[in-house]
Amino acid sequence: MTNEGWIKAAPWLWTIGLFVVWEAAVEMFDIAVFILPAPTDIWAAIVKYWPVIWKDSLQTLFTTTLGFLLAVVGGLALGLAIGWSRAVYAGLYPLMVGFNSIPKVAVVPILVIWFGIGTVPAVLTAFLIAFFPIVVNVATGLATIEPEMEDVLRALGAKKMDIMLKVGIPRSMPYFFGSLKVAITLAFVGSVISETVAANAGIGHMMLAAQSQFNVPLVWAGLVALAVLGIVMYAMMAWLEMRMTGWAHRSGRQ
Amino acid sequence: MTGFVDLNDIRLAYGPGGDGTLALDGLTMAVRRGEFAAVVGPSGCGKSTLMKLATGLIRPQAGTVEVAGKEVDGPVSVAGMAFQNPSMLPWRTTLKNVMLPLEIVQPHRRQLKRDYESYVARAEELLEIVGLKGFGDKFPWELSGGMQQRANLCRALIHDPALLMLDEPFGALDAFTREELWQVMRDLHAEKGFTVILVTHDLREAVFLADRVFVMSARPGRIIVDQEIAFARPRPIDLTYEAQFNDIVHELRGHIAEARAAA
Ligand SMILES: Nc1ncnc2c1ncn2[C@@H]1O[C@H](COP(=O)(O)OP(=O)(O)OP(=O)(O)O)[C@@H](O)[C@H]1O
Ligand SMILES: [Mg+2]
Repeated sequence: MTNEGWIKAAPWLWTIGLFVVWEAAVEMFDIAVFILPAPTDIWAAIVKYWPVIWKDSLQTLFTTTLGFLLAVVGGLALGLAIGWSRAVYAGLYPLMVGFNSIPKVAVVPILVIWFGIGTVPAVLTAFLIAFFPIVVNVATGLATIEPEMEDVLRALGAKKMDIMLKVGIPRSMPYFFGSLKVAITLAFVGSVISETVAANAGIGHMMLAAQSQFNVPLVWAGLVALAVLGIVMYAMMAWLEMRMTGWAHRSGRQ
Repeated sequence: MTGFVDLNDIRLAYGPGGDGTLALDGLTMAVRRGEFAAVVGPSGCGKSTLMKLATGLIRPQAGTVEVAGKEVDGPVSVAGMAFQNPSMLPWRTTLKNVMLPLEIVQPHRRQLKRDYESYVARAEELLEIVGLKGFGDKFPWELSGGMQQRANLCRALIHDPALLMLDEPFGALDAFTREELWQVMRDLHAEKGFTVILVTHDLREAVFLADRVFVMSARPGRIIVDQEIAFARPRPIDLTYEAQFNDIVHELRGHIAEARAAA
């Protein structure tokens, strides 16, 4: 194989390698299933409980996606507002930093008081946790317009709106799409946290239920499902970023 | 005063409330309509500041700025500007970059949709004049630095500005490209008759292009020499190798050396 070929194959080889070592370790040290199930045990659990895993995965996917979409809309709007006006920036920034430093798991009980156990707290937790990086990135894109570009346009009589539309918003798009990768991962964390604490569906809930029945392979099957979902969502966002802001990557390449 | 651009006893300090760096103090200059003026002076003496004042991007603490007989109280909107840094937008093709001012300045902004084809033709004509024929659909990052700077000039000219402000636009170019663009500027100025204020560090550039050269003092800047350059137009590039030409360059160089020493 060529060097290129090895690099292409590397992620798969490493992943397979991990599972092989894992299987071998469990076998060799005779580790009990309820401490660390072997990959083959986990696989058996996935096959056996597939309908449940599938249904709960869809639920988690749904709450994550909805929370994420809300975060995109809210984050974009707030980011533009903050980038637009120094007054909005000055007023909101301390609030946002304060809010962002609260661990979101601490908000879940309040959401449950308001909305009860179920889908809504999961969606809202995903939203709350995912929205901050979008705001910060969009605002950064707007705040870092080259002063010379701004001077050129203002000397032409451009209004603030013109500068935003022609320069600010296009140039903040790579920051925005870049932040989506982070945001979707965080939204996922948010909805799983909420499902684990306060839900009757979703992978988080399924894992908690499996744990209380000492069905350890199913707990691990839940983890695998989460990893697969996470990778798929991340890859989709990375692809979207490449598609939408190709110019930013090409212009960086010499 | 009777200039097209009139700066009268300007004082400008940066910083909150104007109590920071004093950039300009007691600066007076007048540029006539259609004139090609060059501004030279020691580094940091306030040349770029002067450009921002004349286009209304910043306001002086004292003194008056008039452009085309009107007191400037905000961005003037008749100026085309080009800086040392080409600042092209990377998501637009070169042609679209050049056409950007048309999306802002009236009456073009109104007419752009309807007369799109003729505006494109105009942009392409300008690109050809500066030697960028056929590069309109390339992205800025596909152009060399010198080519971007040519496109930058086109962008400053596309809306037929009455006033062209150039802040060291040729500073980063090699000697041959620079001389080539001097000639392009010379011809455009002769053809279109706009007023130009060119800030430069290159005294040969100033003397070759300008009708008048202003020399500034060290910071806080003011005009210490206002010299007419009387060479007949059109000026051939060989002029820059003649004795009279070099005498003027030397004389200006002496003024700047003095201004630096006085600082
Ligand atoms: N935005 C700003 N805020 C504070 N001080 C500034 C600002 N812009 C310029 N200055 C100061 O004003 C003085 C004049 O700056 P200016 O950029 O006009 O100089 P210049 O003559 O264009 O210099 P150069 O030849 O190096 O381009 C400098 O001392 C600089 O530090
Ligand atoms: Mg300068």
